[in-house]
Amino acid sequence: METIKLTIDNKPVEVPAGTSVYQAAKNLGIDIPVLCYMNLHDLGIENKPAGCRICVVEVEGRRNLAPSCSTTCANGMVVKTHSTRVINARRTVMELILSDHPKDCLTCPKSGNCDLQDMAVKMGVRNIPGQAYAEMSTYKTDFSPSIIRDMDKCIMCRRCETMCNDFQTVGALSGVNRGFSAVVAPAFEQDLEKSPCTYCGQCVAVCPTGALTEVDHTPKVIRALADPTKTVLVQTAPAVRAALGEEFGLEAGTSVTGKMVAALRQIGFDYIFDTDFAADLTIMEEGTELLTRLGKHLSGDKDVKLPILTSCCPGWVGFFEHNYSDMLDVPSTAKSPQQMFGAIAKSYFAEKLGKKREELVVISVMPCLAKKYECQRDEFKVDGNPDVDFSISTRELAHLIKEFNINFNELADEDFDRPMGESTGASVIFGATGGVIEAATRTAYEIHTGKKLEKVDFHELRGMEGIRSATIDFNGLPINIGIAHGLGNARKLLDQVRAGKTNYHAIEIMACPGGCIGGGGQPLHHGDTSVLKARTKAIYSEDTNKVIRKSHENPYIIKLYEEFLGKPMSHKAHELLHTHYFDKSSKDIFI
Amino acid sequence: MSHIKVELKKEQVAKIKDICKSFNNEAGELINVLHKTQESFGYLPAEVQEVIARELNVSVAKVYGVVTFYSFFTMIPKGKHPISICTGTACYVRGAEKVLDEFKRILDVKVGETTPDGKFSLSCLRCVGACGLAPVVMVGEKVYGRVSPDGVKDIIKEYEQ
Ligand code: SF4
Ligand code: SF4
Ligand code: SF4
Ligand code: FES
Repeated sequence: METIKLTIDNKPVEVPAGTSVYQAAKNLGIDIPVLCYMNLHDLGIENKPAGCRICVVEVEGRRNLAPSCSTTCANGMVVKTHSTRVINARRTVMELILSDHPKDCLTCPKSGNCDLQDMAVKMGVRNIPGQAYAEMSTYKTDFSPSIIRDMDKCIMCRRCETMCNDFQTVGALSGVNRGFSAVVAPAFEQDLEKSPCTYCGQCVAVCPTGALTEVDHTPKVIRALADPTKTVLVQTAPAVRAALGEEFGLEAGTSVTGKMVAALRQIGFDYIFDTDFAADLTIMEEGTELLTRLGKHLSGDKDVKLPILTSCCPGWVGFFEHNYSDMLDVPSTAKSPQQMFGAIAKSYFAEKLGKKREELVVISVMPCLAKKYECQRDEFKVDGNPDVDFSISTRELAHLIKEFNINFNELADEDFDRPMGESTGASVIFGATGGVIEAATRTAYEIHTGKKLEKVDFHELRGMEGIRSATIDFNGLPINIGIAHGLGNARKLLDQVRAGKTNYHAIEIMACPGGCIGGGGQPLHHGDTSVLKARTKAIYSEDTNKVIRKSHENPYIIKLYEEFLGKPMSHKAHELLHTHYFDKSSKDIFI
Repeated sequence: MSHIKVELKKEQVAKIKDICKSFNNEAGELINVLHKTQESFGYLPAEVQEVIARELNVSVAKVYGVVTFYSFFTMIPKGKHPISICTGTACYVRGAEKVLDEFKRILDVKVGETTPDGKFSLSCLRCVGACGLAPVVMVGEKVYGRVSPDGVKDIIKEYEQ
């Protein structure tokens, strides 16, 4: 490989041809500040519009300063990354950006966690010359069920566009207009709600400012807790426990399940339950559905479609409703764990308490922004009362814990309440890509073969590769499994299925990179995707540490079927735990 | 942004599809496709952009992004009587801006817009080379010279019926 030799800040360095000055400096341990540039190496995503100019450096012999993120190293180059000229230029750039940026940091939802704010502090900006005369560009704030777009705060880094278009291939966003009125927006500058947006939240996860944030439901949580006529239940998704600790300075990959439960109890929830319980329930229904479809298929029934697709990710559900409306009968009809939980909580558990569903408030804590939208969908309401009242993200839970002045790191571990807090190792791995299908495999294998699994770990289904496949031997019957995470990868896989070019029996799809551990509601990774791997590890070790690791062995699930549901896919199970999908493709097109 | 809803006829959709096909439905040809389409339709309403997006397999947002980035693309149909006001130096010095303001006031539209009845559209021009007549206004092909703000309503009246 051809290499290039250059000098940066008087230090010699050798890099492969094509390396940027920014990267070469990084190799030397010099961290040049960047704003628009983003490199999510593990996901193969690079955003390089070279628009902000905060990363400028001085290159000897060149008249102008060069943006290091998009300047390629050349032999003999002599670079200075912090000469006075550079420092002055960077501060000026920052002042210019801030001159068209609102100054309401104190109450901004991003405050304390904002790249732009950090950068202003770093650059030592203390006043903005000429601000009194500067006109600011203003836009209408766009409220959707999951995401708020406050484009007054947009700095046109276009990271969101890269995530939405290149990685997710949703295409909800694009840079529009020019000059002063340039902004990132959906087509015709309509609201996000009228676009093909899936609410995956990956744009929010990378926005360096307060331009894209989640709809904050923490005030509603507090209101519910303060209402003496309500019994308030909380459910926490698997991926939350693997990431929440990061908000309290713990190392990425620290599981904080016990502390999280203790914190929720201190906040004052009446019942602290686990979405994992509902994930076990999902496996019972989805696994049975898979085996039923498989059985019919093997016996030659032409009306039965395979592969079966998982349906527990509402971002993914939205994506196929918009893009694959010709295949609406392919996904499993099983609701997501969040919605299964709500449906059982407001029927079975309400009965146990002797309360009406209206007296219960079900709150979910999710790594996900799409869940905010999902729980508002009409099909998940009974007489206008939603099964899940509202959903907060991992980040919002962290805010809540801080607001309640709880010393999180000092909390002693506590355990979930019963019955809906009991779960197995199979359910916790729902949080990572490949986990749902592994959990389903554990159960489907044992039901189908009538044999006990010798080893429950299916390493062939794990990993960070965007699209994976494996064949599992069901006692002589080879079952072909496909896995995709990230909607761009899902699209590739689905296009093959649509063209009839695959022989998968089952496919798991998750909208977010790495699965829910990389969800749009998780603590911000600020470009460091190694945290995704650390969270994944935490998820799998939670699984290993569980005594029961197969969903169908969860004693409270067994009891739920005995006392209430009958069998998986029974009439009652269908009513409460299954759903149907809508063709939303026409929503994107006027004609 | 508000836009006028149009219903595309079958032949119109076919025409757009033909234009896309003449560029091999290649996403990289988006700008050329938009050019050709605007030539044939006069403007690029949302519905037209949606057909183009589908044919070239790019997002509607992206198409809209390109349409709004280049000033020669427009989403608004020209009025039956397009009014252009020269804002070149000579006209400007002789009070073109006041004339423009009067047009805006009477028609109640901004520059680049069309009246709701589709009759008049308003735009600005760079020097038309009739500086002796400044300030100059054109309605369609007809040139009006030495226009004063007071004369604006008379010009509009000529086309009103
Ligand atoms: S939430 Fe997902 S689909 Fe929606 S705009 Fe953001 S990245 Fe695109
Ligand atoms: S909304 Fe955020 S991520 Fe998108 S361009 Fe603006 S600042 Fe960047
Ligand atoms: S992968 Fe998980 S976090 Fe992401 S949209 Fe789907 S359910 Fe939500
Ligand atoms: S980070 Fe290099 S130009 Fe923005």
